[in-house]
Amino acid sequence: MTRIAEFAVEYIQFLDPAGKPTQDIPPHLAEAEAITPMYRLMALTRTFDAKAIALQRTGQLGTYASSLGQEAIGAAVGLAMRQDDVLVPSYREQAAQFARGVTLEELFLYWSGDERGSRYSGPQFDFPISIPIATQSCHAVGAAAAIKLRGEPRVVVEGCGDGATSKGDFYESLNLAGVWHLPVVFVVSNNQWAISVPRSRQSGAKTLAQKAFAGGFEGVQVDGNDPVAVRFAMDNALERARSGGGPTLVEAVTYRLQDHTTADDASRYRDAEEVETAKQSDPMIRTRRYLESLQAWGDEDEAALKEECGRRVQEAVEAYLATPPEPPEAMFDSLYAELPGALTGQRAEAIKENSDG
Amino acid sequence: MSKKTYRQAINEALAQEMRRDPTVIFMGEDNVGGMGAPGEDDAWGGVLGVTKGLMPEFGRERCLDTPISESAFIGAAVGAAATGLRPVAELMFVDFMGVCFDQIFNQAAKFRYMFGGKAVTPVVIRTMYGAGFRAASQHSQCLYPLFTHIPGLKVVMPSSPYEAKGLLTQAIRDDDPVIFFEHKVLYDDEEEVPDDPYTLPFGEANLTREGDDVAIVTLGRMVKLSNEVADKLEGDGISCTVVDLRTTSPLDEDTIIECAEETGRVVVVDEANPRCSMATDISALITQNAFGALKSPIKMVTAPHTPPPFAPELEDIYIPTPAKIEAAVREVVAYSREVVA
Ligand SMILES: Cc1ncc(C[n+]2csc(CCOP(=O)(O)OP(=O)(O)O)c2C)c(N)n1
Ligand SMILES: [Mg+2]
Repeated sequence: MTRIAEFAVEYIQFLDPAGKPTQDIPPHLAEAEAITPMYRLMALTRTFDAKAIALQRTGQLGTYASSLGQEAIGAAVGLAMRQDDVLVPSYREQAAQFARGVTLEELFLYWSGDERGSRYSGPQFDFPISIPIATQSCHAVGAAAAIKLRGEPRVVVEGCGDGATSKGDFYESLNLAGVWHLPVVFVVSNNQWAISVPRSRQSGAKTLAQKAFAGGFEGVQVDGNDPVAVRFAMDNALERARSGGGPTLVEAVTYRLQDHTTADDASRYRDAEEVETAKQSDPMIRTRRYLESLQAWGDEDEAALKEECGRRVQEAVEAYLATPPEPPEAMFDSLYAELPGALTGQRAEAIKENSDG
Repeated sequence: MSKKTYRQAINEALAQEMRRDPTVIFMGEDNVGGMGAPGEDDAWGGVLGVTKGLMPEFGRERCLDTPISESAFIGAAVGAAATGLRPVAELMFVDFMGVCFDQIFNQAAKFRYMFGGKAVTPVVIRTMYGAGFRAASQHSQCLYPLFTHIPGLKVVMPSSPYEAKGLLTQAIRDDDPVIFFEHKVLYDDEEEVPDDPYTLPFGEANLTREGDDVAIVTLGRMVKLSNEVADKLEGDGISCTVVDLRTTSPLDEDTIIECAEETGRVVVVDEANPRCSMATDISALITQNAFGALKSPIKMVTAPHTPPPFAPELEDIYIPTPAKIEAAVREVVAYSREVVA
């Protein structure tokens, strides 16, 4: 018997839950200048998140999917990307979207049911949030194929959850990305749950990262609550993709601290103790502790950051709440490049019905 | 007899059929949920709690949580059905049916036919449909016309708790593949439902109201709205028949034609988009078979030809309302008066 192929999954962690380095951090990532922007973004996302839930509870926002506990992934991914790269996100990647220039107000609008919230004023090539699970992995492959065809030094980053990796769309995308050797990075936020189905009943594979091997490229697992680890893995993956080295899968291990969405009550199906344990690995805690150990962060900084995040979120809420609702014709006007004549009657009827009350 | 919600009625039909027949199993995403720790198991029962309580009685062998792999588990349900089980697979939202459409319209629907009648595929696919939940375009569609179009499938549209229990029981006992459409806005509706198992036949429409002036032909959630309108108009001297189709495949053509002939005026109420829909199909059926009896053109009350909007204000305009149904009924009545005068 001859062994013809071997695969191994690396696990990367630089900061333990207490913020202590577990190994030498590459110098450019070790300094406060590298960490502080991620920390600030995580704090902003967390403030946004709490506000979104509060708005939903008071009937001022639709169903909302919190990213509580997963902010380090988005912050590191978003800040690692270049502006002309393309993000193809799932619904739990607020931090990455904010890093890319999606505004707080846009995401409030989106979660209120206003399609204008997906018309990002910042990133012009990023995709809107994908709700049908894993479908975006196929779009990411297509966007990467387009970039490759034009010979541009850009990379597509796709985000999805652990549950999404079970879907045919996901496997087929990995295969296509591998065989076409595309500039794409698949980032799997493995938060241990897909609604009420735990990771153990989602996949028999030891890691989700290893799914990359069947596609013919590298998969790596990182501590998703350690922004340094995520950033390190992303820098490598982006560089590889940009220089023609093909795709990478980054599995970021984290935990969904909140309910699946505001329409869910996770206490019905998961152990409170499990959640309590997971809280000790909160990415905010370790990042702050590490910054403090560098003497680069203190109580005053924290207070100022809290104030700034609160103010920015409040401004966004006010702008969002002051936005007049979409008019009835919006149903028709975004549907085709040009509205077919046969639909103009229906459009007029919708306007009329609305004004009739 | 006792009051049961639509959700409870479906749950009870499943439980009773699972007791009666050990080959009945169910599977789907989040159908059981939980890690298995005491207290957390089966605390869930699907996104809308429909399968709750079944796992403790029937065990995880027959109550299966699936990964997010629609093509695999719907295909597996079809395969298991062809080899002696009666799987009830839940596809959370009909909007995601595209993921596994090959398994449904090329496989389940055609197994019997393409195996010379040898393969039996008694699979039921339960799915949620319909607007009204502020759930956006990819969670709110009414895609039953797509399935009705495919020969070999049966398509069931329960309009109330009583209907849901009887029709699901029939669906599970039926030897053909059945797509069972549950309207997400109906789950908390309540009515008297028999405690013992019973079946309601496929292909036999149900007259929920009987009247002489107008036939309202409808299905699913729209039956409830149409009944409201019929009751209201009764007071104004307009008497309506309300035809609940119950199943779009097989379709009870005879009852539809009879009601059109008896009243001469027809309003078809269908929550789906208007092109290639049950509304157009029924209109065609009536004009072909009862043209001479018609006293007015057939009116269709449907959603517009747009995706279901996410915004609450727009979704409210999108969904057919009692006011729109009433206006249509009044219009066909007024039309006939003009002709007579
Ligand atoms: C194709 C498809 N199937 C099912 C669903 C319903 N659904 C919404 S979220 C979800 C769980 C997703 O889990 P995961 O991929 O782990 O992402 P997470 O929500 O944990 O971030 C499911 C099953 C869907 N949106 N799309
Ligand atoms: Mg998950």
